[in-house]
Amino acid sequence: MTATSTASATTSLVPREPPPTTTRDVHRKPLRRRIGDSIVPTFAALGILFLLVPVAYTVVFSFNSAGKTNLVWRGFTLDNWRNPCGAPQVCQAFGHSLQVGLLSTLIATVLGTLVAIALVRFQFRGRSAANLLIFLPMSTPEVVLGAALLAQFLSVRVPLGFSTVVASHVLFCISFVVVTVKARVSSLDPALEEAAADLYASPLQAFWRVTFPLLLPGIAAAALLAFSLSFDDFIVTNFTSGSYETFPKFVYISATRGIPPQANVISSFMFVLALAIVVIVQLVGYARGKRLRSR
Amino acid sequence: MSITAALGEGGAATGAAPRSLKRSRAHWVLLGPGLIYLVLLFVVPVGALLATSLYVPVPGGDIGQYQPALHWQNYPQAIAQFWPVILRSFWFALLATVAALVIGYPMAYAIAIRARGRTLLQGMLLVLVVAPFFTSFILRTIAWKQILADDSLVVAILHWLNLLPEGARLTATPFAVVCGLTYNFLPFMVLPIFAGLERLDVRMLEAGADLYASPVTTFRTVTWPLSLPGVVAGTLLTFIPAVGDYVNAALLGNNTNTTMIGQVIDARFFKVLDYPTAATLSVVLMAAIMLIVTVYIRRAGTEELL
Amino acid sequence: MTSTAGTAGSAAPVGDQADSGADLELTDVTKSFGDFVAVDNLSLTVPSGSFFALLGPSGCGKTTTLRMVAGLEQPTSGTIAIGGSDVTGTRAHQRPVNTVFQSYALFPHLSVGDNVAFGLRRSGKSEIARRVADGLDLVELGHLADRKPGQLSGGQQQRVALARALVNRPSVLLLDEPLGALDLKLRRQMQLELKRIQTEVGLTFIHVTHDQEEAMTMADTVAVMNRGRIEQMGTPAELYELPRTAFVANFLGQSNLVPGTVVDRVTKSGLLAVDVSGTRILVPEVRSVRSSGGVLVGVRPEKLRILVGDQEPTPAENVLGPGTVTDVSFMGVSTQYQVEVRGLGTFGVFAQNLLGGSTVATGAEVRLAWSVDFTFALDGADAPDEGTVDLDDEP
Repeated sequence: MTATSTASATTSLVPREPPPTTTRDVHRKPLRRRIGDSIVPTFAALGILFLLVPVAYTVVFSFNSAGKTNLVWRGFTLDNWRNPCGAPQVCQAFGHSLQVGLLSTLIATVLGTLVAIALVRFQFRGRSAANLLIFLPMSTPEVVLGAALLAQFLSVRVPLGFSTVVASHVLFCISFVVVTVKARVSSLDPALEEAAADLYASPLQAFWRVTFPLLLPGIAAAALLAFSLSFDDFIVTNFTSGSYETFPKFVYISATRGIPPQANVISSFMFVLALAIVVIVQLVGYARGKRLRSR
Repeated sequence: MSITAALGEGGAATGAAPRSLKRSRAHWVLLGPGLIYLVLLFVVPVGALLATSLYVPVPGGDIGQYQPALHWQNYPQAIAQFWPVILRSFWFALLATVAALVIGYPMAYAIAIRARGRTLLQGMLLVLVVAPFFTSFILRTIAWKQILADDSLVVAILHWLNLLPEGARLTATPFAVVCGLTYNFLPFMVLPIFAGLERLDVRMLEAGADLYASPVTTFRTVTWPLSLPGVVAGTLLTFIPAVGDYVNAALLGNNTNTTMIGQVIDARFFKVLDYPTAATLSVVLMAAIMLIVTVYIRRAGTEELL
Repeated sequence: MTSTAGTAGSAAPVGDQADSGADLELTDVTKSFGDFVAVDNLSLTVPSGSFFALLGPSGCGKTTTLRMVAGLEQPTSGTIAIGGSDVTGTRAHQRPVNTVFQSYALFPHLSVGDNVAFGLRRSGKSEIARRVADGLDLVELGHLADRKPGQLSGGQQQRVALARALVNRPSVLLLDEPLGALDLKLRRQMQLELKRIQTEVGLTFIHVTHDQEEAMTMADTVAVMNRGRIEQMGTPAELYELPRTAFVANFLGQSNLVPGTVVDRVTKSGLLAVDVSGTRILVPEVRSVRSSGGVLVGVRPEKLRILVGDQEPTPAENVLGPGTVTDVSFMGVSTQYQVEVRGLGTFGVFAQNLLGGSTVATGAEVRLAWSVDFTFALDGADAPDEGTVDLDDEP
């Protein structure tokens, strides 16, 4: 293990590919080039700052000893974190969002993965029509999706609530799952499935032992994407939920009378959790890649 | 799994040998459930939306009671009444898309090209780009309300620099709404451009530098054309949701000169109970977007995105 | 890795049943994709235990044939039988056939050992661990069983793919351009290695390749395929010495082909006299595809002898010329000459450097002579350049 980590430390010092322009020998370059080279990274850093400042606000204001509203800073407190369910309905709405998110993710991931495999692996009549059907929901603004679903639910008189919210979330998640998994399937050598068949695996065995494990990273990415889309959706939910309240809907409605700091607590908690998961996955993947290369 | 893998459509496509049509019907088993779902919850509802857009009020009925009809006049009426809002929505979305492109392209370029080969740095930068998605969209929008508030640091600095006239404010202005839209959809711009640039062979840039010498010329003749599919995907992923968005307009604007079409559709549905007009406006919005997207993709020569 | 006979002595290292594979019989097999006929009414018998090569340029239908034998593709018409039983219509996983894929198709998520065990587990064999160990030993990779395929070199991956197929003791082992991805030196080494393993395990090997040298080095029998049909089949020496079509003459080695017309048939000596733009060339009748009308007279470049000045041919030789030497390439063991004969085109001549160095200079006036016994004649309707190496065609 020590040998491995030493090896990886050494490798990381050596750039595997020379950078596009020779950014390394800074000293020998005229000032004008040096400034030119740093414009893009500086701009990018500002862009990332732009993305993160509002996130920082939501986290910071989870520690605010808020009054009626949570818009101005009134002093630091841990009370909100000690009692995240302190505000009425906030935890209920959070629970609803988790339930809706998990169920829609499950359904959308299964349906979308099957479609993605079929679209890449089979050539059939109606393939481009199927592709269009996948593409259309993604290119339709949420407000139109919401309005269409509501018009449909009203016309068949389905009571609005948990089931209509899940049904509509699955709809807008499927397309993203298909696109994500499709990328993974098409990077898979079709000869692998043929090799499995050649080695006496029935189509079902070939799928579970070869195709599925190899698609798993793509499927996991798709599921994560679907969950975050569902968990954070407001517009479609607003149309199809009736009186059922999800977390984003709760926050939006409270915006007029003042959002409780507990909403910031829950949002910050989810942020830290998701960030931790993604960072760990990145680090593990990086370490594994290093180990593979160093052997 | 990496975020890169999640977004890059294609990757090293090995071009699966297309199989003969006779071979199997397995694909319908795989496609069936998903496509049926999309038909039942997308195609049919859009049909319901079209039908609703032609409804008329029940004569002598209560508010919110409509009956099926083919009242095409709903369209000219709705457009006549709301065309400034529709135009404004497209205008705001266009501004936000351009702003997101200007901010997002250098970010994607820096991550894909400058951080090339440094896997961990690249991964972490991508995590930072998608990090906003891990917190509530609405809370982040509220944060913008705080950042642009009258007594905020940003406004104070702008006053001090005389960039903002005395007494002028940022809250409840078109600027605030476009700023919010740009912010909210920026990651959707960065990621596809990144995915495109990531596949770009750096040796091509070196060859470009060798042939043209000037970095600007190299960018114009090599990098930009090769990144175009990513740019098209990114602009669409930004523009389409931005047109229909009403959270930014409602929370950051909330002013008659910032009203966007989504707010009107929402209000017609829930406050006025005027379903036909809401449906009509939705259909108009969808049709306009389809038209714009088709023309745009054709012009950009990237039909294969479909 | 060397190809010493060290392991060759140990009896049946892979499986316990020392069977020698099974016959493979294709009868009138046709495969079309839409309008394109990939394999055209092909019939073929491969005897059990033989090393059989399907040789042809890309797109000739050889890989499609292989895939039909594997069950990855179904023939449009015709039947395929293995060991006497008809397997047409059965799927890949139901056939006693294993394949070494061109891309190796090793499962990247499984260790080398699990890759090799994959087929054994599916077919429910016993003593899997021992069979896997024996299989890996056969390809001399026993020490790498725990690695993932991504951690192996190309040559090692190739051998894992081979072991993964061999451990199942298939009736027929299919090899789809198995050495295509290796560099030249490794390829030579693996050619000998594959031949050793085939001799050792005694299974029926069917090897698809576009590399004529590879096919000739390894196979007992070579079938040359072109446009979905088998042009000619035989031992490498037969094919080389007596090609029956212009395609085979050019694809397998090089040939000098010139058009002529049969003008006389000498029954007593079994010779045909052919007029090649005014010169009389003799061809043994058994070495000619037709005994009248238009033919293509052919001779291999190394069979040609250059006559300088007043050197005379022997009575048993054909002579053409005079011509001009247009190019001389010294290649170490031999020298390659290009001789332009007026009205007939350019002839290639390989001369062994027995005397050290080339003996004729560019621009010299020479004649070409060769033994009547090495002359062959093809159908005059064949295009003389069919099957010549096209640079764009190299995969």
